[in-house]
Amino acid sequence: MNVIDLIPIALLGGVLGLDVVSFPQAMISRPLVAATLGAALIGQTATGLFLGVALELIALETLPFGASRYPEWGSAAVVGGAIVAAHPTQPAGAMTLAILAALATTWVGGWSMVKLRQLNGVWAARRRSALEAGARGTVISLQLMGMTADLVRGVLLTAVAYALLAPLATASIELWSTDARLSRAIVVGAAASVAGGAAWKIFHSTAGARWFFFGGLAVGLFLLFVK
Amino acid sequence: MNASIAADLARPRASELPLRTRIAIFLRLLAIQGSWNYENLLGNGIGFCVEPALHLLPGGIHTPAFHQALARESRYFNAHPYLASVAVGALARAELDGEDPVRIERFRTALCGPLGSVGDRLVWAGWLPFCSLASLAVFGLGASAFVVVGMFLLAYNIGHFGLRIWGLSTGWKHGLRVASALGNPVLRHGPQQIGRLAALATGIAIPLALGRIIGPGHHLLGGVLIGVALGAFVIVRLQNRIEGWRLTLVVLAALALFSVIR
Repeated sequence: MNVIDLIPIALLGGVLGLDVVSFPQAMISRPLVAATLGAALIGQTATGLFLGVALELIALETLPFGASRYPEWGSAAVVGGAIVAAHPTQPAGAMTLAILAALATTWVGGWSMVKLRQLNGVWAARRRSALEAGARGTVISLQLMGMTADLVRGVLLTAVAYALLAPLATASIELWSTDARLSRAIVVGAAASVAGGAAWKIFHSTAGARWFFFGGLAVGLFLLFVK
Repeated sequence: MNASIAADLARPRASELPLRTRIAIFLRLLAIQGSWNYENLLGNGIGFCVEPALHLLPGGIHTPAFHQALARESRYFNAHPYLASVAVGALARAELDGEDPVRIERFRTALCGPLGSVGDRLVWAGWLPFCSLASLAVFGLGASAFVVVGMFLLAYNIGHFGLRIWGLSTGWKHGLRVASALGNPVLRHGPQQIGRLAALATGIAIPLALGRIIGPGHHLLGGVLIGVALGAFVIVRLQNRIEGWRLTLVVLAALALFSVIR
């Protein structure tokens, strides 16, 4: 890996990290999209989609309510997508390690968002008198500074995470001993467990939702076994 | 009719928001959380979004009225980012109608709670998981990356942009009387209906997505499905003690260690 390889991945991570909260929240930062795009940069769109689906199942648990601290999936899913795409033959462990890398990055990403919000607060406090005077330039510049800082945060996070974790994943894949299909089954089983728990948390208080869930499950299982 | 109502009715009102101003506000709404912080939350973002409308105040941007209005609108505010468009439209209308600043302050305070809770239930706990799960079901049926990602982004953003556009025009139309518009059936009953559809999509999506990722072989898939049911039960029982993604991180780290060291 060289700097030229890293730049597009880092820029994509920055743009998708920006989408999480600052601009435009169009959900291009969801893992389903971000991992697919991250892998598409390396020419492995379909592989990225599979990883994106597994991460999306985990991300269903994340409800970005206001001031709560939550994982930052945009940049993290780009890192995961790029790592899995770097192994086009899909050796055993590639998907597991890419998801592990994305989860580690999302953890740091959530922390970095808290720090950014604190920094925004410091900038606003320093300009309090101008804000109380209704200074147009101050209102606009605070907004632009916050968004620029968020973009830089996403770029740096993606670049550092990919530079550190991609070689580690490659080295680990060479030593991986668990069967490829079993590894994948464990990963996606864990992800689907999180999705099932999240769905229960979100919908159990909705009248009749459990019957819709069981109805859907019957349809899903039927389609699965007739395919 | 008392004097204040008579004065209220006699005051000249802003009729239409020019298209150019409306577009400027809408584009700024997409960046409303750009300077989100723990001190005044969305406050600066609201000021940033209302600002293009304040240009229409008599005398433009170099008047005390402009500065006072912008300072007022940039104070603490909290709401769901999409439904904040309702507040932005209503506050722009109130400022251009020359409403009493005390009434505007009271209105800002009263609006925070409803716009936050309705938006969270409708979007974060309703529309987003529904679109996500429906796309996962489409993936499970064998669709290509372009179809899965395209369907998700298209469906989600029809709701997303539609809500922001509706919010801005509703807020502008009703001004400080916008509370009645929050009784819209979509906002009142939408979370329940979307919740049911999302529960249906969950049931369909999980087995199909698992099937496509794991590949052929009913024995392994059956075992994983049983494992998923048990895992989901454990995660629900552990609710509020550990988040699922952290638990997954621990499980996968253990698997990686085992697979590499063995």
